[in-house]
Amino acid sequence: MKTIYVDNNATTRVAPEVVEEMSPYFSEFYGNPSSMHFFGGQVQRKVEEARERVAALIGARPEEIIFTSCGTESDNTAIMSALHSNPEKRHVVSSRVEHPAVKNLVAQLKREDYRVTELPVDSKGLVSMEEVARTITDDTAIVSVMWANNETGVLFPVEEIAGLAKSRGALFHTDAVQAVGKLPVNMAESQIDMVSISGHKLHAPKGIGALYLRRGTRFSPYIIGGHQEEGRRGGTENVPYIIGLGKACEIAARSLEDEYLRVRSLRDKLENGLLEKIPNSIINGDREQRLPNTVSISFEYVEGESILLKLSDKGICASSGSACTSGSLEPSHVLRAMGVPFTAAHGSIRFSLSVYNTEEEINYILEVTPPIIEELRSISPFWKGPVARSCSAS
Amino acid sequence: MWVYTDKVRDLFNNPKNVGEVDDADGVGEVGSLSCGDALKLTFKLDEAGRISDAKFQTFGCASAIASSSALTEMIIGKTLEEAEKITNQDIVEFLGGLPDKKMHCSVMGQEALQAAIANYRGERLPKEDSEIVCECFGVTQSEILDAINHNNLTTLEQVTDYTKAGGGCGTCHERIEELLQEVIGQVGAEHRPKEPAKPRLSNIQKMKLIEETLEREIQPNLEKDGGSIELVDIIGERVLVSLKGACATCAASDITLKHYVESKLRELVADTLVVEEVAQ
Repeated sequence: MKTIYVDNNATTRVAPEVVEEMSPYFSEFYGNPSSMHFFGGQVQRKVEEARERVAALIGARPEEIIFTSCGTESDNTAIMSALHSNPEKRHVVSSRVEHPAVKNLVAQLKREDYRVTELPVDSKGLVSMEEVARTITDDTAIVSVMWANNETGVLFPVEEIAGLAKSRGALFHTDAVQAVGKLPVNMAESQIDMVSISGHKLHAPKGIGALYLRRGTRFSPYIIGGHQEEGRRGGTENVPYIIGLGKACEIAARSLEDEYLRVRSLRDKLENGLLEKIPNSIINGDREQRLPNTVSISFEYVEGESILLKLSDKGICASSGSACTSGSLEPSHVLRAMGVPFTAAHGSIRFSLSVYNTEEEINYILEVTPPIIEELRSISPFWKGPVARSCSAS
Repeated sequence: MWVYTDKVRDLFNNPKNVGEVDDADGVGEVGSLSCGDALKLTFKLDEAGRISDAKFQTFGCASAIASSSALTEMIIGKTLEEAEKITNQDIVEFLGGLPDKKMHCSVMGQEALQAAIANYRGERLPKEDSEIVCECFGVTQSEILDAINHNNLTTLEQVTDYTKAGGGCGTCHERIEELLQEVIGQVGAEHRPKEPAKPRLSNIQKMKLIEETLEREIQPNLEKDGGSIELVDIIGERVLVSLKGACATCAASDITLKHYVESKLRELVADTLVVEEVAQ
């Protein structure tokens, strides 16, 4: 059975060119970049090349890039640094639809007596700028709002929020792990102070991330140790993975526009085909302000785990915001925050594409999915046949 | 990813007895769309009083569909007296096991069967008259006690796995712990040491403690559901509060107030306190 991988917001295939670039740095060039000999020095140069490549992808300067172990570490570093650098400020602003890396950290801060505001979203998953303007005050130390939502792909107006934060003297951080590599990002013309990047979301391996830290931003390290990363992140550099991340960013910078026009057209084909072939299906989230690779679609009156298992039996790998798949009993916090009705939230499926997907694969998904939904609906006590009404959110 | 037995996968992919029996003698419906799974069971009796046909319709995950299919196979050919002896553990055994987190699927099967038999006999089920403990999933005290007794449950997590109770906002966790203690206490005849009496507080101390408890213990839990609570006044033993956000419009706010806010304040401050809601 052929594997059709459309779960790229969960993780991506490591690009073969990335593996190739990394592999000499395990057993051949294994020096420590801090060492005072040629053997370490050649590794250090390669690490700095990787830093330049990551910086180039997002329009930053190399010294503004700190390598970390993952997106979660970048998020934690950014938010805790803002709080430690501004101890007099006790207010944190975030959104209700953040990834757990931010959401659970913010919940912990609340228990530590910080004042926390989690911005609500509307039914399309968008925040209101009036609400943002009302929320940020002189007491706000950090505003952290994701660039793109992992479940729906909805994009947030991060530049505008960053501008508002700056005008009130607050720092702005964005978890951009889903955006970097999929959208043009240019920190040279931005007011954003900190950006989290994750390797395995853009065809580098798991276990490597980066934090962009705008020059001149007060910083307090999260992992304290040696002088690595200019004293901003202790611990011997994860050399091969840093090199891998650099290579992945270099590839992304080269192929961003062309490839993503193609990915977007495949996504649109998949989305329109599913809506057309399957009655009572609903797109979750705004269809315009959205990543080019993601579609979150709900099939009413059927349950997500059942759909995923049947797709999986056909070789198709997707994910769901349903309760059953996660081991929790409630559907995803993102869909709940958007007020997606229960008829739809439990039957949500996310397809997230990458540059490796083909039109043939999309055609196959469009062929096998409708009978799966039909079969499950024939078992469902709630399914009474298609209901005529508008079937998309926008 | 869940690890399902071959039997579960087989019944999920090739479910038996899907649909509704024509002219059903008994109909049992449990669960709901909002809960994420639901089962409608219908059966027909022959002249001898045996179940001659049974069918199901299920909205839910693979284990819910497989449990439902298993149930119909298990009851066909049985008298009602024989069928009502079937427990959720029998369904689990028929399936060769279920993941812990999916045990509630087997309980849903057993409950649908009880409901269908009660429907045929024109009886009410004990759970219909029982107090609701978990508002999020509509689980009653009698359902929780049944699950604890039949499956020898000892922890809150197990109760959630088997009944879903406590799997939402968490407001009912304490009540479930109490029910567990009641059952375990009866079985093990264990004497729980009486809690030491709380020290007497001055009025100022008491007020401060109430304020702190509301802020640190209660508020964060209500906020998880988009709700909020504000202390309005303290008059003697009466704590006057106002509920805001999602709590203000929630049908279950009375229950939140009495079972959660009041019991928490009694536990942490003084067991004489009474919580009242005032409009602001």
